[in-house]
Amino acid sequence: MKARIRKIITFVEETRSEMDKPVNPPTRRAAAAAVIDNPFAGKYVEDLTELMEIGEELGSLLAERAVSALGIPGPSAESYGKAAAVGENGELEHAAAILHPRLGTPVRKVLGKGAALIPSAKKRGSLGVSLDIPLGHKDAAFVRSHFDAMEIRVHDAPRANEILVAIAVTDSGRPLPRVGGLAKDQIKGEDGLR
Amino acid sequence: MPEVRVRKRVLVIEEIFHEGGPPAEKPLRRAATLAVIHNPFAGEYVPEIAGFMEDLNPLGLDMAQSLVAALGGDPKVVEGYGKGAIVGQAGELEHGALWHVPGGYAMREILGNAKAIVASTKKIGCLGTRLDVPITHINASYVRSHFDAMEVGVADAPRADEMLLALVMTTGPRVHARVGGLKASEIKGEDGLR
Repeated sequence: MKARIRKIITFVEETRSEMDKPVNPPTRRAAAAAVIDNPFAGKYVEDLTELMEIGEELGSLLAERAVSALGIPGPSAESYGKAAAVGENGELEHAAAILHPRLGTPVRKVLGKGAALIPSAKKRGSLGVSLDIPLGHKDAAFVRSHFDAMEIRVHDAPRANEILVAIAVTDSGRPLPRVGGLAKDQIKGEDGLR
Repeated sequence: MPEVRVRKRVLVIEEIFHEGGPPAEKPLRRAATLAVIHNPFAGEYVPEIAGFMEDLNPLGLDMAQSLVAALGGDPKVVEGYGKGAIVGQAGELEHGALWHVPGGYAMREILGNAKAIVASTKKIGCLGTRLDVPITHINASYVRSHFDAMEVGVADAPRADEMLLALVMTTGPRVHARVGGLKASEIKGEDGLR
């Protein structure tokens, strides 16, 4: 592995009721996050290829962890998202190098498909910074019931020379969706939008 | 006594490879399970609350089992444990104390009558409040390498009339433990202390 990983954290949330109204079946979302060394911390480096390669490794590792935490086959996942927080000695562009060029392909491989853009968020932050990982339907970005986000945080990361990278996957949309829009059973799933 | 109403369950697993030193041969794993439940005593002073402990027993057992499952299914890998509670602002600290018996005894039972007292903490809090759950060795509280803690919390809990209940298990010492004291290999494991 190119990435020097200090720790991997897996989160699973299962919502069983909202306002005392049962959510049946419960909605479930999982996130897997890795805390890695930032090889470019503290200096300006023009060529970010190494971080792009790390992104590719993490795409597969974290997507597998998240899906297996839900205990479902990859193709049963309904929505996804990704995010990164760069420690104080790094650049936002370092998060971009991990998230955007190469991370998506291995994620889609784990999930079987994934026609839609993987929604993303990035920031610079310190220990315990929260990441609101945006979530969208994996085959049709306009599915309104699946617009969501999952907050995660790791109390001891990212240190100044680290990057926290996370992928979230769900088996469902929001707990009790009722604001209309495109429904998941209406999608074509070809153009990634509808 | 009232039924236990669970809104949400959350599972967090940390796998720690190193903390700046040589990577551990076997990464340390820490797992936390959290349940967000309705606080039946919120909003008023209720003199008799102790009966709720018994109502919480099945939840405690289920949570302890889910932790063992999250760590691979073999209770023998578990070396440390702890528990805690965050009571929403319409409740009392004493409501959190209801978790001591069902949470603690559930873990000790699942782990084959573990000898040591289960380290614990609790507080009043609001959405997103974090709790540092203390961790000690399951059979001998004085094992220095296993003194640890895991920070937990849920972004949208506890609401004012809720409680967040937490159990934590770990698979070993701190990743670079080296400050001496009683070793896990030296314990008698009879009195729960040494």
